[in-house]
Amino acid sequence: MDGAAPVPGVRSTCPYCGVGCGVLLQPDGAGGLSVQGDPEHPANLGRLCSKGSALAETIDLGQRLLTPVVDGAPTSWDAALGRVATRFRNTISDYGPDSVAFYVSGQLLTEDYYVANKLMKGFIGSANIDTNSRLCMASTVAGHRRAFGTDTVPGTYEDLEEADLIVLVGSNLAWCHPVIYQRLLAAKKERGTMIVVIDPRRTATCDGADLHLAIAPGGDVALFNQLFAAIHRSGAVNEAYLRHTEGFASTLEAALSDAGETGLTEEEIALFCKLWVGTERVVTVFSQGVNQSISGTDKVNSILNCHLATGRIGRPGMGPFSVTGQPNAMGGREVGGLSNMLACHLALENAGHRSAVREFWRSPVMPDRGGYKAVDLFGAVGDGRIKALWIIHTNPAVTLPDADKVRNAIGACDFVVVSDITGATDTARLAHVLLPAAAWAEKEGTVTNSDRTISRQRAVLPAPGQARPDWDILAEVGRRMGWEEPFDYQSPAEIFREHAALSEIAGKFGRDFDISALADIEDDVYAELAPTRWPVSATRSGGRFFADGAFYHPDSKARLIPVQSGPMAAAQSERFPFRLNTGRVRDQWHTMTRTGLSSRLSAHLAEPFLEINPADATNLDLETADLVEVESETGRAILRVQITDAVKEGHAFAPMHWTGETAPSGRIDALVPGRTDPISGQPESKAAVCAIRKMEAAWYGFAVSARPLHPNCAYWALARTDAGFRAELADYEARSDWEAEARRLFDAPDASAVCLVDPARTTARVGLFEGDQLLAALFVSRRPVAVMRDYVATLPGRIAPDNVLMGRPPADVPNPGATVCSCLGVGINTIVNAIENDGLQTVEAIGEALGAGTNCGSCRPEIAALFSRLRHREAAE
Amino acid sequence: MMTKTRLVIIGAGMASGRLLEHLTAAAPEAFDITLFNAEPRGTYNRIMLSPVLAGDKSFAEIVTHDDAWYAARHVTCRFGECVQRIDREAKVVIGEKGEVSYDKLVIATGSTPFIIPLPGHDLDGVIAYRDLDDTKRMIDAASKPGARAVVIGGGLLGLEAAAGLRLRGMDVSVVHLAGHLMERQLDETAGHMLKASLEAKGIDVLLEASSQEILGHNGHVRALKLADGRELPCNLLVMAVGIRPNVALARDAGLKIGRGIEVDDHLVSSDPSILALGECVEHRGALFGLVAPLYDQAKVLAETLVGNSACFTQSSLATKLKVTGCDLFSAGDFSDAPGRENIVYRDPRRGIYKRLIIEGERLVGAVMYGDTADGNWFFGLIKDGTRIGPFRETLIFGPSPHGGGEGDLDPFSAVAAWSPETEICGSNGLREKQITFCLPCQHSNHPSDNEVTSAQLSGEPEATSAVAVAATSPGRAAPCKGVL
Repeated sequence: MDGAAPVPGVRSTCPYCGVGCGVLLQPDGAGGLSVQGDPEHPANLGRLCSKGSALAETIDLGQRLLTPVVDGAPTSWDAALGRVATRFRNTISDYGPDSVAFYVSGQLLTEDYYVANKLMKGFIGSANIDTNSRLCMASTVAGHRRAFGTDTVPGTYEDLEEADLIVLVGSNLAWCHPVIYQRLLAAKKERGTMIVVIDPRRTATCDGADLHLAIAPGGDVALFNQLFAAIHRSGAVNEAYLRHTEGFASTLEAALSDAGETGLTEEEIALFCKLWVGTERVVTVFSQGVNQSISGTDKVNSILNCHLATGRIGRPGMGPFSVTGQPNAMGGREVGGLSNMLACHLALENAGHRSAVREFWRSPVMPDRGGYKAVDLFGAVGDGRIKALWIIHTNPAVTLPDADKVRNAIGACDFVVVSDITGATDTARLAHVLLPAAAWAEKEGTVTNSDRTISRQRAVLPAPGQARPDWDILAEVGRRMGWEEPFDYQSPAEIFREHAALSEIAGKFGRDFDISALADIEDDVYAELAPTRWPVSATRSGGRFFADGAFYHPDSKARLIPVQSGPMAAAQSERFPFRLNTGRVRDQWHTMTRTGLSSRLSAHLAEPFLEINPADATNLDLETADLVEVESETGRAILRVQITDAVKEGHAFAPMHWTGETAPSGRIDALVPGRTDPISGQPESKAAVCAIRKMEAAWYGFAVSARPLHPNCAYWALARTDAGFRAELADYEARSDWEAEARRLFDAPDASAVCLVDPARTTARVGLFEGDQLLAALFVSRRPVAVMRDYVATLPGRIAPDNVLMGRPPADVPNPGATVCSCLGVGINTIVNAIENDGLQTVEAIGEALGAGTNCGSCRPEIAALFSRLRHREAAE
Repeated sequence: MMTKTRLVIIGAGMASGRLLEHLTAAAPEAFDITLFNAEPRGTYNRIMLSPVLAGDKSFAEIVTHDDAWYAARHVTCRFGECVQRIDREAKVVIGEKGEVSYDKLVIATGSTPFIIPLPGHDLDGVIAYRDLDDTKRMIDAASKPGARAVVIGGGLLGLEAAAGLRLRGMDVSVVHLAGHLMERQLDETAGHMLKASLEAKGIDVLLEASSQEILGHNGHVRALKLADGRELPCNLLVMAVGIRPNVALARDAGLKIGRGIEVDDHLVSSDPSILALGECVEHRGALFGLVAPLYDQAKVLAETLVGNSACFTQSSLATKLKVTGCDLFSAGDFSDAPGRENIVYRDPRRGIYKRLIIEGERLVGAVMYGDTADGNWFFGLIKDGTRIGPFRETLIFGPSPHGGGEGDLDPFSAVAAWSPETEICGSNGLREKQITFCLPCQHSNHPSDNEVTSAQLSGEPEATSAVAVAATSPGRAAPCKGVL
């Protein structure tokens, strides 16, 4: 980058997915911010997705935690950190170091992460620090380590643009890594890249693909074993490269004898193998669909096996490519945020590594074996082995499998500390001590993205209230626990230098992660640090790994790992006949603590849902917009049904974002049993089994409000709007007085009310006014409420039209319809109108006319699908 | 040249005026017409007396048939002359100024206000509210500084009188026997909203108030005494407690009389040479007060006179009224009964109340206060017995065309704005829309049923007020005759 060029704003990095897009931040001086894509950042070259584009809408301080809180009461840092240090020290002295734990997050900056890991592993003397990356990346880490000897991502994003074939396995790239997907589509346009999607579900990603293989859940190992066999059969094995590997024969034997089901036809498999084998430049991209499995590590290795056997790794346009979920999952892996890692990709179980790190840190104690991995860690919290727990920037009460049990375990723990930017999370509500952390755009540090590029996050806003950066909070606790000198940090730059210096030791041990060239980085250089791909050492800078066949096992050889398909943790049964997949939606991030604040992002999918196949819907007597009760052996949910042939019969899909704060019955991980991959410890989050039945609701409701509302019913889902809030409601029992219910729901005992009631039909509509302004409105029906939601949601706080309870706009007001393009706020009716009345023919023409799809592009598949639907409808008419 | 039929018409009210229009248009040369009227004038729009009282209109503006009109049609007018007797044997009508022979006689004597025989009811200053002369007396009374009025009767007429007097600056009290105003047209809620509205205009309303005696001084009214002992001082006392068919002449002539002059479907009385129409008749047990059926009768009667066979049929009626600036509407049956379900809309902020009464998936009654724009549409649904099931949820908002695009009523929009898999408009959005827009068409497919009613109720002056024509809803609707 040219640092001298005038830059419209401060360079930083988006805090969402692992793509790690550069952003330009410009504070407006009044607490607001403008956010643009950084054209010079190598990850995104100026692009941003809908979530990144809406970042400025998420810095509202409304829900921010502004002071430390102890036992529900605001207090000083001194009191709060005194309490934390004392409780941890006492617990350790009474019950030993393994009686305490940290559960941290891929949201942490590398410097924060480094301090947390150092405190736990080097000073407390336990390895009980694990991270939510366990839910996301652990199988890849384990697979990489098995195959390569380290957790190394061999390629770079450019490989996606230089490949002739991209295979996306278990990755809804279009929604989860939209900027990479847009780069891929642009490359496809240039060079005709073939795209194959392997996913049980037809996702938005399939819209840009040449081939979708709707694989059976758990069928990945069988498919890649068949590919491995085909590679062998067709003579595509790279014998020269094979010299750098061990295990080919046993791997081939395992592959040939794998009789696992893929759910695909022989023709489909043959076509896939032919494409893959016949295309030298092939990148196999994989994500949660591979990782979140009890055989996740084996799946990863089944993919790596194929690339190693063909030598298609580490060269332009080829290689296995894990895309990570979090902004700093990779940074966490580097510092040792996982309970079975040390730091800088050094191994906890390696005595040499341990003593080197211990010496470097001058630490008093160091564990010699891994600590609890996430699922086991909360098991240990639940049975009292862990007595003091510090959770930082993550929401395990929602996201861990068996989430209700985890929530109960946290609630019952002797001492729980939560550091976060908000106290309004399912987890934070269980804390004894709440610590207000500085948020993105308020703090300094680095993150590492999926292709090993280290980028700076920079502060452009003052931390509000008493909020402090995490490294600072962690370091003070370290000092208060008695380790003054090791935690006497003054700045993130100082921590970065220490981390870089430690990586030099790792480099000497022959590890991949070596950024020792930055060990002496001056503060001002750190301040200006441009995106830098590791390694950064005297001998190596950036680039790809493994083209030279040099791996990190002691013999420098890679390992082909013989793997075979095994059963999933749970089998479908008469009681639980459906296979439950989980995942993400386009415009939300994790548990919505940030994206949920943006009305624009909340407009896309405003409530949790369950996708099921039309045939199953018919059997279950379900119609569009019904609510369903979903039950597994561990939990229950109520979700809006979405009937679609994107999922196969017998399968269901639900998003993972909704929480006790936004939709208590939508906590889908409560239904996922805590069964984990034996090697990676990653839970099988995408293959629970469940029963589905129609919710026999006595009433359905839709509410809009200028102020927060207080639902009290079996089902509710809350979303932000420009005007305040909107909510979907339903319950098993009708209310006798709907006006009273509305007054309670909206906490407006004195507002003037306009009511429509049809008691015989359980129909009621209540509008509450303060003066001329509509404060809130509640629509109740025995069937799912039929009103124009996107219009009604705009009314609170405004002088509402006369017939506000009609739930539709006056005839002269156009209704844009539900949001398709979040970035530019373009609704479906506007687009349909442009297609039907203005004769627009292409996604590009829509973009030109309406702007839709021209920013992040992640709605372009939806616009394209709209064209084909309209054509389909015309044909039917 | 044929001999002209000698036709005598007694009464020049609104029904009579409409009859003459039909007759002189259909057979301009067939009749030799003599028109008697006790009032010294021809037909005017009695419904518009309220605006005259309120000062919004002059009398000239509400005249519908002036002297030139009658002259052009060669109608012999004997206005200001009371008919004393009908001699059926001789086929002669005897007026104060002489006899007229008839071949056909039409009695259109209308109704007379009911005067409660309270002590003092014959005092000076005690009047009814029926015709232009009453109106003039009220205007005169109001012109005196500090004048006070009491109106007995919280029905439509009484309230119009009260409002007009109040507008002319009088202190006005309305004394009403029932628990809420206009109890035959309005339910309790609407009645109370109306009361609040009147009170806001400065009119005092006393409910469940029974009049006992009219007190006088020097032969002139000075107060109304109530049963509970209260005295309401007044210079003017208007009785507006109802009307009765004016059947005296017919009775004396020996025609068959029930509550009114009994007529058949052709509006012929028990004497084949004598026909009758308007508020004085009784047809199949029903009396009539609203203008719409009277106009129907005028049309049928004209056909009968020219020798065609037309039949008068009663249809369910709606009342759409404007009382002192408050829009009111009621139609059908709005009493509570087993199997009846209510849809109620209340908007106290805007003073709007609507209640729909449903029985067996069909609308059977409607009461509206404050916003009656959709009244006619509801009335159509009642008359046609349209099944309202599918659009019940938004029924109360009427047929108004709805804005916005298709597909958005889909509750699914909560989930997916647009999922690529979702059928566009596949859900109840489109279904509902189709139903909404086809309903009014169904309604208008039966012009014979509601041609007149539609016209009358669709916002023409007659439809917005009904001072002189009492609100009456024969058939299933509440019989209101005599209420006011």
